[in-house]
Amino acid sequence: MTPKRKQKLWLLGLMLVGISLAVGLTLNALSANINLFYAPTQIAAGDAPKDRQIRAGGMVVEGSVKRDPDSLLVRFAVTDHNEDIWITYDKILPDLFREGQGVVAVGHLNDQNELVASQVLARHDENYMPPEVAEALKAAGKMPDHSPFAKKNSSDDY
Amino acid sequence: MDILYLPELGQFALILALVMASVQALMPLAGSMTRQPLWLAYAQPAAWAQFALLTVSFAFLTASFLVDDFSVAYVANNSNSALPWYYKFSAVWGAHEGSLLLWLWILAGWTFAVSLSKGLPVEVLARVLSVLGFVSIGMMLFVILTSNPFDRYLPRIPTDGADLNPLLQDPGLIFHPPMLYMGYVGFAVTFAFALAALWSGKLDTAWARWSRPWTSVAWAFLTAGIALGSWWAYYELGWGGWWFWDPVENASLLPWLLGTALMHTLAVTEKRGLFKSWTVLLAIATFSTSLLGFFLVRSGVLNSVHAFANDPDRGLFLLMLLGATIGLSLLVYALRVPTLKARASYSLISKDVFLLANNVILVVATLTVLLGTVYPLIMDALNLGKISVGPPYFNALFVPQMLLLGVFMGLGPLTDWKSMRLDKLRKKIWLAGAITLVLGFAVLPWVYDGSWNLWVALGLTLVLWIVTTTFRDMWETSRTKKGWKGITLSRWGMYGGHLGAALIVLGVTMVSNYGEERDVRMAIGEPVTVKGYEFTLVSLGEREGPNFSADTAVVEMRNPNGRLQRTFRPEKRMYHVRGMPMTQVSIDWGPLKDIYVAMGEPVADDAYAMRIHYKPFVRWIWWGSFIAGLAAILAVMDRRYRIRVPEASGDKLTQARQAD
Repeated sequence: MTPKRKQKLWLLGLMLVGISLAVGLTLNALSANINLFYAPTQIAAGDAPKDRQIRAGGMVVEGSVKRDPDSLLVRFAVTDHNEDIWITYDKILPDLFREGQGVVAVGHLNDQNELVASQVLARHDENYMPPEVAEALKAAGKMPDHSPFAKKNSSDDY
Repeated sequence: MDILYLPELGQFALILALVMASVQALMPLAGSMTRQPLWLAYAQPAAWAQFALLTVSFAFLTASFLVDDFSVAYVANNSNSALPWYYKFSAVWGAHEGSLLLWLWILAGWTFAVSLSKGLPVEVLARVLSVLGFVSIGMMLFVILTSNPFDRYLPRIPTDGADLNPLLQDPGLIFHPPMLYMGYVGFAVTFAFALAALWSGKLDTAWARWSRPWTSVAWAFLTAGIALGSWWAYYELGWGGWWFWDPVENASLLPWLLGTALMHTLAVTEKRGLFKSWTVLLAIATFSTSLLGFFLVRSGVLNSVHAFANDPDRGLFLLMLLGATIGLSLLVYALRVPTLKARASYSLISKDVFLLANNVILVVATLTVLLGTVYPLIMDALNLGKISVGPPYFNALFVPQMLLLGVFMGLGPLTDWKSMRLDKLRKKIWLAGAITLVLGFAVLPWVYDGSWNLWVALGLTLVLWIVTTTFRDMWETSRTKKGWKGITLSRWGMYGGHLGAALIVLGVTMVSNYGEERDVRMAIGEPVTVKGYEFTLVSLGEREGPNFSADTAVVEMRNPNGRLQRTFRPEKRMYHVRGMPMTQVSIDWGPLKDIYVAMGEPVADDAYAMRIHYKPFVRWIWWGSFIAGLAAILAVMDRRYRIRVPEASGDKLTQARQAD
């Protein structure tokens, strides 16, 4: 083997080791950090895991938002018009959080099947419904016809 | 009134520009196929005409905004008569259609700049312009067919506009998108040079020398654009973060990472004639990721704060455009590259190999970010569920990759091209290494709060490593005959870029490890303590702005000695036309720390939910980025890019065997 070949072989070997290491770590990190979305109906049926972080969402139920008088703790229900689930959150709700609007929350389910959220997302666009929520409503057959979302998300492209 | 026809004239100019782009693309192609040298000469004037026509088109759209012509749908949707004139101006690129026109205009501007460059052989210039013409045609068809900014709302003309998204009513938006697009589109020039070189089969060092300045300038703009975006998100979104691993941010990071790799490998190709096929591939990939980002943002497949209004037709068109660009360029690549041979050799310890390592790491980082960004889309498309990939994924992988990159960042500049004896390298780095390890790993991490933390130690070690090796190289280079004058501008550019990177690492390390973010309930007169500072809500009020009304708060901050240090006046604004709330943050900024106060929501009559953030060194992230960007511009001003080198460079090492 010429020295040049040997050198190339070395480089190739190093790259292979590096790449397989990288791929392994990547897939590991990926599988540990995926948050699946569950609709209220699925959560109520007990389909959602309790031991890992999930995303849940729906329309905030009118009149359900209750605040703790001494802290930021807030409790509200979201619905897909089929089932409701309760969400608790102890940080500042996003600007666009309103009753009757679609939200997505990230967090863990507790023993009462309530979502303890670490993050609540409402989009910075009035005419927007999170696609997951739109789909959950559609799956529950409760997509409101008059809603601007109905039109916007009516295609099944995503 | 004549002025009412501006939109039609603007559209007409856009269509004529498409015709000119076609001339610019097709004449050189036909000319080189039929061996008609004269036809090559069409490219340059066509490029000029395209630029002029797009300028007219862009100016007319701007004029429609400034005169409040709400019969134009795009104006009606994104402006309002109450909007200040400078936001009417920046509203031109505030949404999908107008920002596309800006994209096109910038592409035409880059094309114009290329067409003026001196020292390029006629046929090379014609080929480059031809490729740019094709890019322009694709994007212009997209605009004209699916996203026309000049569409009218007729006959029911709205009496007033729907207003610009309040988030975008900010000086940041005036600069962020143009900078970013200058970067994205600038990589089209590098792409065009690469394809032109493949097309001619002359992939020599001259090609790399022509590409380098364009790549660096595009990179500088992209860096500044991303930094501006980060800064803008920091103070405008009211969450106090500077990077969210949001899919759209990731979309801008992809071309940035590959562009960084490209800048470095172009250096190897120019100096040593090595890695040619890799460099060409990278040039193609960089522009392709620019387009991929464009597709992700514009097609509505992404779920993000940035995503534009969606329309499936647009997505399909963009997907085809992306496919055509990648497919065709890879086809050309596959046909041409096997004929390339490099004859230079190099050993394991050499600048060549360290730069290759830099490339491998950057490409792996790109793939990491790409995977995390598109994985949810793939899962969704395959109906495997709606998922999202959280920031921990990105942090867990990206941070170690960047740490590794930093090691080579220190080694690269100190190493010789081609090969270097290990003991010689050791002699050069032992002092820097020793200082770095002692100070960075053992001493400095204690300074800030008296406790040792692995991430701080790693971050600071990296910062010191980059800084000490850079200064070592500066000292070394200045000891030659010419002294400090012997350091070329491009070397200063490298120093600036690397020091800028060190500042970014410093900022990221400090703010991630020592920052504190508190969401608190603040009642009037009840103090809250964050990081030793005492914050008191003094009063709550209301105020009317030109197109919004606001809740206001006055918050006083006292230092640990009880002295009043600063009064914050954050606001929560409600913009009337869109009925959209906005957080107006109040920041006490400084080089060592930012204190950030934002209003959340009213929780009682005399209490408000507030965000109080303590952000040490956060500004260094943006300062570092701007320094790196300016450094890239500095490197381009090096005189060797202005010297005309005789054709068919005489460098024996690097002559490529040619296709025909």
